[in-house]
Amino acid sequence: MMALAFGRPGEEFEVAELRGGRGFIRRLSEMGIYPGVKLSIVSNQGFGPIILAINSTRIGIGRGMAMKIIVKPLKTKEEIP
Amino acid sequence: MKTIEKLKTIRVALAGNPNSGKSTIFNALTGGHAHVGNWPGVTVEKKEGKFEYNGYNIIATDLPGTYSLTAYSIDERIARDYIVKEKPDVVVCVVDSTNLERNLYLLISLLELGANVVLDLNMADIIEQRKIKIDTKRIEELLGIPAVMTSGIKGTGLDKLKEAIVKAKDRKGNSVKINYGKEIEEVIRKIEEQLDGIVSPYPKRFLSLKLLEGDSGIIEEVKKAGYENVVKTALQESSRLEKEFGFDIETEIIEKRYGFIEGIVHQCVKKLTTIEEKLTVSDKIDKVVTNRWFGIPIFAFMMWLTFQLTFTIGGFFADYIDTFFGWLAESSSAWLLSTGAPNWLASLVGNGIISGVGAVLVFLPNIMIMFLFLSFLEDVGYMARAAFIMDKAMHAIGLPGKSFIPMILGFGCNIPAIMSTRTISDERDRLLTILINPFISCSARLPVYILFTGIFFEKNQGLIVFSLYALGILIAILSAKLFRTAIPKLKGPVSPLVMELPPYRLPSLKVVSIHTWERGREFLKKAGTIIFAGVIVIWLLASIPMSAEYASEATLIGRLGKVFAPLLKPAGFPFWQAAVALFFGIIAKEVVVGTFGTLFGGEENLPIALSKIFTPLSAYSFMVMSLLYIPCIASIGVIFRETNSWKWTAFSVIYSLIVGWGVAVLIYQIGSLLI
Repeated sequence: MMALAFGRPGEEFEVAELRGGRGFIRRLSEMGIYPGVKLSIVSNQGFGPIILAINSTRIGIGRGMAMKIIVKPLKTKEEIP
Repeated sequence: MKTIEKLKTIRVALAGNPNSGKSTIFNALTGGHAHVGNWPGVTVEKKEGKFEYNGYNIIATDLPGTYSLTAYSIDERIARDYIVKEKPDVVVCVVDSTNLERNLYLLISLLELGANVVLDLNMADIIEQRKIKIDTKRIEELLGIPAVMTSGIKGTGLDKLKEAIVKAKDRKGNSVKINYGKEIEEVIRKIEEQLDGIVSPYPKRFLSLKLLEGDSGIIEEVKKAGYENVVKTALQESSRLEKEFGFDIETEIIEKRYGFIEGIVHQCVKKLTTIEEKLTVSDKIDKVVTNRWFGIPIFAFMMWLTFQLTFTIGGFFADYIDTFFGWLAESSSAWLLSTGAPNWLASLVGNGIISGVGAVLVFLPNIMIMFLFLSFLEDVGYMARAAFIMDKAMHAIGLPGKSFIPMILGFGCNIPAIMSTRTISDERDRLLTILINPFISCSARLPVYILFTGIFFEKNQGLIVFSLYALGILIAILSAKLFRTAIPKLKGPVSPLVMELPPYRLPSLKVVSIHTWERGREFLKKAGTIIFAGVIVIWLLASIPMSAEYASEATLIGRLGKVFAPLLKPAGFPFWQAAVALFFGIIAKEVVVGTFGTLFGGEENLPIALSKIFTPLSAYSFMVMSLLYIPCIASIGVIFRETNSWKWTAFSVIYSLIVGWGVAVLIYQIGSLLI
């Protein structure tokens, strides 16, 4: 388990938990980020916001928010051929 | 007996996620002929269009694009209120079939609201391309609602959609019910029982769920109906569940909904190929344009290009419009005089209406061309990226990334800039962005700078003009910080970034021109109403008494100028002409130049006349005053329309007046000490 903010481009995750208040949970869930959903990171430059992929949708998300999304790694960089 | 058959009317509302292709479907259904108005009480655009099908007259309303129907944003409230209160016969839920999971979340909300829904599985062309099969029959069976596949872009499936709407018109709601699990269902039942007899347009189950989810709008609604104790019960029950079973009830409800959706998707969607989606072209473009080093320079270049083209192409037309109105003003007053009309009428038409409105319409080409480029950048999908890359820097000054675009647009013209704040969903962020915008130096102020720097700062013209632009930005940033901390209504954290980055696509010329026209039309409307009225007021002030020469010392405006001139003393220019020029500058900032021209008998006399009454220092403080002192009439009008509040409009005017005067005085006084 780790914060999504530490994921690297190409890695895939399953969301385990959203750590935040009601507004936070609601907002992310509406956008399709909810516990159980699988997503991958398209871009994370270690600075500024992150781009996520859920199916064919791309979502830009602030680093602060990404710190509060707890994920389970599915496929790490090393496993991607 | 034969009766003349009148067309029966069906009212349809279109709901859908942003980027689901809802607008494309709306345009395809209505043929692009939409009536654009505002939703009552707010300035979110309301689009309505009509079409006929099979002997039915169908009125379609385009609801704002939303991800769900909580009371979280204005858009969602509007959509929810419309469905519940206006009760459209049919609600078409447009979904992006390539991302069904998230898109169906809104569908669930609509179903729970009790709406009579037709599901429109849009983007059929992409589904086909990706070799994905969606079993619409099975979806219809599972959800008990009609479902059709369409492609708004290719224009396929539209007849089927129209037919489904007509067929569905007499259905009464739907019967979908999600099972939230034994514990929650028990609580729902309990709350429903307590709500017995409530008068509300919402279904009871919906109310119960929303109470458990802590939806502020519904809590209000239930309290108003006199069921305050039920709100309490809901709170107690959710904390009990949390204690007993260890789950957060809102998360649990959301997970159950997504569980239901996943079940449907699993049964109805078949991917024929199992190729993992690799980086798409869009992702590759994003790698470059959102890069931490290149992102901002690329954005700066795009903006530079937009302005460059706006002003070279726009300026070309603007000159002709200027000449045209000059000719029209002169020849129409001459013609009026020749028909024996009184002097005042000729002056009202020539000096007042035509010159005044003309002064504003000169900007129409600039504005239209700027909108054309911006609509293009937006329709391509780039604007979302701009907000994305600027988010971090903007947070530092207390604004979200989305506020950056209105600030940039302000350099061209504050009117479209203020209108473009509509994309900011958080009301506080939006209000703040509107209030600081007039400090961004628009192109109309440039003529004032050019006049004065040409006379007083010949050697450092570029530097001085640049310093004014920088000052405007600085005041905007400081004001943002001040408002955020000092005004209770604007306090609070900046809303964090979560936004969809739609895939890049080349929009059709038609779509871009529709969007350009929709925005430009707003500006035209303003020229015809608010500006028109303002122009007449100023003309009156400048003409009374009739015996005096237009806008001379003896007229009302001249006398007003004299009254206000002493107030300008600390800023270094206590002349009635300066006060009058600033008055006229409210019509449009560059009118300051024309006014000086009139007052000193022609623009060619200005270098000598102005250098007699101004020093370089007071000239600079005058430019600062022109930059900051008050938004022009058109901006004031648009601030009113967008905030929908006289209070905030008055605040904006008074605040900028104080800031403008204060900074001008500060600069003059400190400068006097130094020199």
